[in-house]
Amino acid sequence: MSIIVVGLNYRNTPIEIREKLYFSEKNLPEPLDALGNVYGIKERIILSTCNRVEIYAKGGDISQSFEKIKKFLSDHHSFPLKDLEKHLYCYSDKEAICHLFRVASGLDAMVVGEPQVLGQVKSAYAIAKGCNASGFVLGNFFEKAFSVAKKIRSNTGIGSSAVCVSYAAVELAKKIFEDLDDKSVMLIGAGEMSEQAARYLVSSGTKLVFVTNRTFSRAKRLAEELNGEAVHFEFFPKHLILSDIIICSTGAPHYIIKKEQVQDVLNQRRNKPMFFIDISVPRNIDPEVNKLSNVYLYDIDDLKNVVDANIREREKEAEKAEEMIVNEIKSFLGWLESLESKPTILTLKQKAEEIRQQELKEAYSKLGKISEKEKKILDSLTQALVNKVLHNPIVSLKKRGVSDNGEEYIKVTRKLFKLDDE
Amino acid sequence: MFYNINIMLFIVTIIFYFAGALLYISFFLSRKESIFSIARYIIILSFIFHTATLLARYIESGYLPLTSLFEAILFFTWLIIFLFILVEKRYQLSVLGVFIIPLTFLSLSYALILPKDISPLNPILKSAWLGIHVTLILLGNAAFAIAFGLGIMYLLQERQLKSRKQGLFYYRLPSLEILDDLGYKALSFGFPFLTLGIITGSIWAKYAWGSYWNWDPKLVWSLITWLIYAALLHGRLTVGWRGRKAAFISIIGFLCMVFTFVGVNFLLKTEHLF
Repeated sequence: MSIIVVGLNYRNTPIEIREKLYFSEKNLPEPLDALGNVYGIKERIILSTCNRVEIYAKGGDISQSFEKIKKFLSDHHSFPLKDLEKHLYCYSDKEAICHLFRVASGLDAMVVGEPQVLGQVKSAYAIAKGCNASGFVLGNFFEKAFSVAKKIRSNTGIGSSAVCVSYAAVELAKKIFEDLDDKSVMLIGAGEMSEQAARYLVSSGTKLVFVTNRTFSRAKRLAEELNGEAVHFEFFPKHLILSDIIICSTGAPHYIIKKEQVQDVLNQRRNKPMFFIDISVPRNIDPEVNKLSNVYLYDIDDLKNVVDANIREREKEAEKAEEMIVNEIKSFLGWLESLESKPTILTLKQKAEEIRQQELKEAYSKLGKISEKEKKILDSLTQALVNKVLHNPIVSLKKRGVSDNGEEYIKVTRKLFKLDDE
Repeated sequence: MFYNINIMLFIVTIIFYFAGALLYISFFLSRKESIFSIARYIIILSFIFHTATLLARYIESGYLPLTSLFEAILFFTWLIIFLFILVEKRYQLSVLGVFIIPLTFLSLSYALILPKDISPLNPILKSAWLGIHVTLILLGNAAFAIAFGLGIMYLLQERQLKSRKQGLFYYRLPSLEILDDLGYKALSFGFPFLTLGIITGSIWAKYAWGSYWNWDPKLVWSLITWLIYAALLHGRLTVGWRGRKAAFISIIGFLCMVFTFVGVNFLLKTEHLF
């Protein structure tokens, strides 16, 4: 028994081809059904997202199963098999397990640690389960992948730091301020990035928002959307005293906030920290402002650097995640192999029972007339003998089943007891 | 026999703190929750052994184990860990341990080389004032040690944010606001104890030696420490000394306190045993 995966992803397949091979989530039951009933794949799950199309299956003969699945993909999408094969990767066992674990935990994603893919894997599994397509082994495989992903997420920082500029600004704010609930934001000017940052801040709890713009009507519109307060442009310096986070993005060609001005505001604020985010180019806030203590100023380049640092940080964390995955693969392989030892133990027991019954029969016939009581004694005596003799082999089969060389034990057992008919 | 028991307990305590310090640092670097749960467990164990060490000394001598520099450090670090455990539990501030546990380990290692004998007590010290005076002062100082750890963390995080270089500390340390806020809380908690400690010491001195105050270097340095912390708290309340400045002064105050505690006895002549 083995686990296999056949698929393609954004790495080796351009979008034009991916979209041709895409399965829509809504119609998944139909291909799942075909894969099982027409192509004879008993346990199967189809994962189809905008970045990847993958089919997971439990296979008996690995290469045969690969061919079947490839054929299915080609038939289903009316895509020539020859062209398809260039793009496909086919993994089995250890590699297949590693692949799903990496996909589910976001290590295989375009942006490391991206959380969406886990949800997509979960829903792919749920749909297959709903069609009775996932089966016992794949079911356990996917459940394991979810727990691995969860473990990785909580034990490493692969998903912890922002990889877009506006969210990086919010994270910085959270490193300066503990609680954003009682902080206020001032948005000076408009712009996609600054509005996005303001929205993130509001969703992180900030309640008080001032919006100002040279065109008051624009300020008003944006303020309504953010549930904030529009401020006339000429009055905004007065509102600085009340603002903890200032996001600035105007088209002004000069500094609209200067060092002395901020120093004044700080004194009035009794040095309560201020966080300036200057998204405008050319810059609108005098860089000297950063020299004041309790003031932090980040311009667009600084934010981009933060994002770069965050990505590097995620990649570092990803290495940790890869290590964890190696261990998880081991434990899952152990589980798979123990599945193999179960039938072995069963046949071993059956064989012993057969021998016992035969020998009992002979003994009874040799003894001639004996009482029920004597029969019972003989029966339990032989039972005890068999049990005692088999006890240790069975225990060690169960135990060794999860060790590195579990398979060998099972093979040896089968040979020693001649469990396989020759 | 008790001598051996309390020393043995002390050694075990130090070993546990050493393990705890290493675990906290490796938790800090790796950010693995699993390491943190072990570290936490080890610190609780160290604290239990630490408590047992103090009890063993108390049982043997029959008076509070506050009669030598060794014992004072033992009790002082015990108070620090006690406060640390409370703060960590209340504020989920696990990284504080990265700074506090090694500090505790180092202090105890220093204590290791000090004379540890239990000697007969000087009759003048046989007084309830000893326990009150020393406990108050050390409790205040323990709070300052926590504030010191928080101050260091603040400066490191502030440096990262200001220089706009996101490094090791940026990702691991909490926000400036909570560090500043807790630092202030620790100071406001410790300051009244230090003040009361100095006052009770002074009253005790009146009973024992007949005067409230003399210019013993220990007293002078205590006064300097007290003034530093008083100025800091005053500045914070009136003109908003916070953030970097506050963290900086609190670190200076702590260093001054350490000098008062151990330095004075070496460099200057004092009537205080510690």
